[in-house]
Amino acid sequence: MDIANALEIVTETSSGMVRTHNEDATRTVPSCGLVVLADGMGGYNAGEVASGMATAVLGSELEKAFTAKSPHLMEGNRSWAQIQLEAEIALTNTSIYQAAQSQPQYAGMGTTLVCAVFYDNRVTVAHIGDSRMYRQRDGTLECITRDHSLLEEQIAAGMITREQARHSQNKNLVTRALGVDPSVDPELHDHDVLPGDVYLLCSDGLNDMVVDEEISETLAALSANLPVCASQLIGQANDNGGRDNVSVILIKVKSAFPAASGGETWWSRLWAWLTK
Amino acid sequence: MAKLILSMDNLQLKDIALNKERTTIGRKPHNDIQIDNLAISGEHAVVITILNDSFLEDIGSTNGTFVNGQAVKKHFLQNGDTIELGKYRLKYVNDAPPPSAAPDFERTMILRPGQVVRPAEGVSDEPKPTPTPVQAPVAPPPPPPPSTAQAPVGAIKVLTGGNAGKELELTKSLTTLGKPGVQVAVIARRPLGYFITHVEGATFPIVNGVSLDAQPRKLIDHDIVELAGTKMEFFVKS
Repeated sequence: MDIANALEIVTETSSGMVRTHNEDATRTVPSCGLVVLADGMGGYNAGEVASGMATAVLGSELEKAFTAKSPHLMEGNRSWAQIQLEAEIALTNTSIYQAAQSQPQYAGMGTTLVCAVFYDNRVTVAHIGDSRMYRQRDGTLECITRDHSLLEEQIAAGMITREQARHSQNKNLVTRALGVDPSVDPELHDHDVLPGDVYLLCSDGLNDMVVDEEISETLAALSANLPVCASQLIGQANDNGGRDNVSVILIKVKSAFPAASGGETWWSRLWAWLTK
Repeated sequence: MAKLILSMDNLQLKDIALNKERTTIGRKPHNDIQIDNLAISGEHAVVITILNDSFLEDIGSTNGTFVNGQAVKKHFLQNGDTIELGKYRLKYVNDAPPPSAAPDFERTMILRPGQVVRPAEGVSDEPKPTPTPVQAPVAPPPPPPPSTAQAPVGAIKVLTGGNAGKELELTKSLTTLGKPGVQVAVIARRPLGYFITHVEGATFPIVNGVSLDAQPRKLIDHDIVELAGTKMEFFVKS
């Protein structure tokens, strides 16, 4: 099954109700099952430069890498998807960092990142900062990334509960970002993918303004029409105040997409056997 | 910046700015907030402030620490909370920033590992284009509840078919109508009213005899909606 036919991908962004600039950036490459979302920050208008660089560089470089070699192939004990994501994120980090160091108007810029590649009935997700990826499966919404933020660390340390975190005044502090240091430590995970799943990548402008239950209801009600669903999510964020830029990428899994035979892996064989 | 206002018998005694990571409260003189009263333990409680958030913790006092009438061991302070220690009251005030600070106050910022976490220094600091320690901006109050709560409630009354006469109140933010796989439309409840949008199916809903396009359409009192062969009326409940 061709990945481009197995997935329906829709993206939408808005600068929100308060900001004049949109520092979010998104990029999708349906032929590779690749989606990238970044939320820029720092000095004047440099945030949009950082997020724009991140999505453009990662989008085109990963497209090249995954067109040349299928992401499911193993190299040692790691998949090509993981190896390439890590390598390209490191290169992108260097590009943004060097631009920020060499040009005064870009000083201090950085960006969050959430980047996912779908292949062989799996998805590999890399993220840095507080942009998120959610999965709606059988009516249940789950956040499959964990923010790199002060709040999330406080929750992990047991200082505050997730409910109290909604009322915190420290929402906007991330502990990791792309392009602010010479090196970066992205978090990578693999997840299995089932037909019927709906994935949502979003900037914090969505989840700060719309509670998870409402996101889940919207996904459940409107997954039959992804463009309407994306507009509705953006509309909900803006109706609730829209204090930040808000961007969403929605991915609906219409059918299974095992890797092409020939490059079969234990995973695809196991999958074929399970779904026989 | 957040502060505590100390009072007794409704008489304001003093303001204490929460500008330290730990602000101690107790009877002994070494406390940041010393309350010389026998009902107060020597070391009674501590307020831990991390940037714009403050936490109150009772540190084993004899008579306990109360917030808004409830005994607490540990409490995440919210603007307006009243801490009670014996006959004394400490009101927690964490004001919203002035509107002039609005454009920049909630920008996402990087907090570096090892960076000293210290209380907010106020909103006067301009964001600086340097990667060195970041001034914490003062955030606005939590988002207001969705304003749909105040908008008048609409409802749908079925006019034809087996369910004729039935009414459905549109209290949820999204109400889907129709048959999945055949024809589905959604009515979204928004601050400006109700909007109907086509979701799936080859035929689009018809409102007052006119077929919808892909755009949402605002529903007005007594609009007639036709969907999957059924007519219904939208109306606003008084």
